[in-house]
Amino acid sequence: MEHFTLLNPINPASTWQLLIEFWQFNDMNVLWVLIGSILLGISASVIGSFAFLRRRSLIGDALAHAALPGVMMAFILFQTRDPLVMFLGAVTSSFIGFFIIDWLPKNTKIKPDAALAITLSFFFALGLMLLSFIQGMEVENKSGLDKILFGQAAAMTQDDINLLMVVTSFILISVVLFFQKFRLIAFNASFARSLGIAVNRYELLLALLIVMSVVVGLQLVGVVLMAAVLLTPVATARLWSDQLKNILLLAGAVGALSAIISTQISYLAPAMPTGPWMVVSLSTLFFLSLLFAPKNGLIKRYLQQQQLRQKVAEENILRTLYKLWERTQFEQNDFSITDIQGLRAMHTLDLRKTLKLLCRKQMLKESAHGFRLTDMGLEQATQLTRRHRLWENYLNEHLELSPDQVHSQAERIEHILTLEQEKQLEEELKDSRQDPHGNLIPNAKKTKTPAHPSKQARSLSS
Amino acid sequence: MNKSTRPSPIKVQNLSMRYHHKPVLTDVSFEIPEGKTIAIVGPNGAGKSTLLKGIMGLEPLIEGNVSFFGEPLAQKRLSTAYVPQREEIDWDFPISVLDVVLMGRHGQLKLWQRPGKLDNEIAEQALKDLKMWDFRDRQISQLSGGQQQRVFLARALAQQANLYLMDEPFAGVDVATEKAIIELFKTLKAQGKTIVCVHHDLNTVGEYFDWIVFINARLVAAGPVEEVLTKENLQKTYGGRLSLLNDLTEEMYRTRLNQAHDSD
Repeated sequence: MEHFTLLNPINPASTWQLLIEFWQFNDMNVLWVLIGSILLGISASVIGSFAFLRRRSLIGDALAHAALPGVMMAFILFQTRDPLVMFLGAVTSSFIGFFIIDWLPKNTKIKPDAALAITLSFFFALGLMLLSFIQGMEVENKSGLDKILFGQAAAMTQDDINLLMVVTSFILISVVLFFQKFRLIAFNASFARSLGIAVNRYELLLALLIVMSVVVGLQLVGVVLMAAVLLTPVATARLWSDQLKNILLLAGAVGALSAIISTQISYLAPAMPTGPWMVVSLSTLFFLSLLFAPKNGLIKRYLQQQQLRQKVAEENILRTLYKLWERTQFEQNDFSITDIQGLRAMHTLDLRKTLKLLCRKQMLKESAHGFRLTDMGLEQATQLTRRHRLWENYLNEHLELSPDQVHSQAERIEHILTLEQEKQLEEELKDSRQDPHGNLIPNAKKTKTPAHPSKQARSLSS
Repeated sequence: MNKSTRPSPIKVQNLSMRYHHKPVLTDVSFEIPEGKTIAIVGPNGAGKSTLLKGIMGLEPLIEGNVSFFGEPLAQKRLSTAYVPQREEIDWDFPISVLDVVLMGRHGQLKLWQRPGKLDNEIAEQALKDLKMWDFRDRQISQLSGGQQQRVFLARALAQQANLYLMDEPFAGVDVATEKAIIELFKTLKAQGKTIVCVHHDLNTVGEYFDWIVFINARLVAAGPVEEVLTKENLQKTYGGRLSLLNDLTEEMYRTRLNQAHDSD
């Protein structure tokens, strides 16, 4: 293998010079290669999205590998590097691979995943054998054939680019035209069939488009890594949107961006294959999205989890204070940390932290005697207790769970019941005044909050 | 049976189906009346869904013939609406409720045609009929099981068919949806439309349906509820499969006897 150098340590200025030259497009060829690779990035991402949505993600990988012997065979038979000949050879052998993958599970006991793996490795091995055979042959312009393993943007000729443009435009136009049908079939193929839509014909068209995008992508990305260009953009876009149109647009943009990055690097360091750079830049975008996506990102999910934990801790303390207060027949208002821990097992440090937070939120008031619920705190504690006990009653009456069983269930449900659900519970449980343990269910929020908790306490206990 | 001049919405003749070599349905024949609600009833694995798929041409028949209003399905596609089982679908698919319902219009659309203004109005009405209009922009994964079912029914309504074939519409739905489906049945029946459902709940079958087709790998009985909902039929349907019939039919398919014996 050749030695890859990205930066020239003796003269870093030359890299910069190259970069400027690249973007000045003094060499028209650079501009064409760039446009070609952008088009490929867009079309491969868009057509790959449908494979992804149909849960046939690996098909692109198998088809790309299946193209290799076709390219080699075409070269052996016609001894030319004409892009069209190579393209037709690759499409033919990809399609043979596609039919084997399709036929095997339908007609034998072999499952689809095994059919994919067998076909993929067989065709790839066949391609490599033919490649080494060619390298032993006495023919011209055989050098560079091995470039389609990992892709080499800088090695593309004008003819390659023309073909790339035609094919990618064809793919994009087809997707725009048949978007509705492709979506329908990807979503619910049996329903599409029941409408009388020729599902098989569209599936064949979709397969053809995937094969075409894979085959023209070989020179840029290479056989080995082509699948990533089909799938990583849509996997990235899926994290950002729930609408297929936006997902396709976004996937196209991601594909284009990675194409720009990798093509540029291919010019800065011509010995460096393009494919790995494209896939690394795609994967970087994917992992960044995985972390930062607004709705489904890992960070967002972590923050939500923390928030929920905090909310549950706060609500548990409010309810504990309510219960303590209830036990003293609503006479005593202030309770110490030991009192609270007597009723609810909680780490002292966490407890102190949460108590402080509740004081800051004006739910609690701290004094020399301990902590007491403020009016606002009492209101929420009452509501939580009410929901907890209503839910216990519901489980007890409708599911015939024992009083022991219902408590732990209600401990969780109390935090998520909404006002609407509370009302629904109330309607279904007419006249329940006590929970299964015999405790009173506090009334719903009064319009006027009593000036002092103990006043309300008296009205409750009466 | 009512021998009117108009041909029956569905006429099944000598239908047999299999899964690999295992027989699922053997020699099923029946005919259903127009403007009624018809339940296909049988135990788990009796071939209820398979029968529906066979009728709709979604799974191959090995023998037999199905006609719709006296004609093959290809001629009657537009007047037939199929509602698949809810579990068949990936509900994480990035699509909104309205777009799913608009799919019901694709039978009328040519190749790359997009749904137009009229299609949108029809979809809107279908969603309103099932009280799902407020959910039109929701992503389908954010729906409850019952709401998902209503979206499917709205999609079938948008097809404006005469005959509705539904695979377990009552499975796993809430009370509100169950009521909505019953309402829908009444409305459709009042318009003279025919509804065929795979149904699993014996407690409600007599109440919700006019007609029953009992199957268990073969046809047990078919007829109006008053006539066929008998203890005897239930026993025959739920009394286990006929193992000898099963084994021998499987043997027949395995040895390809049915192909070797094509003389008649």
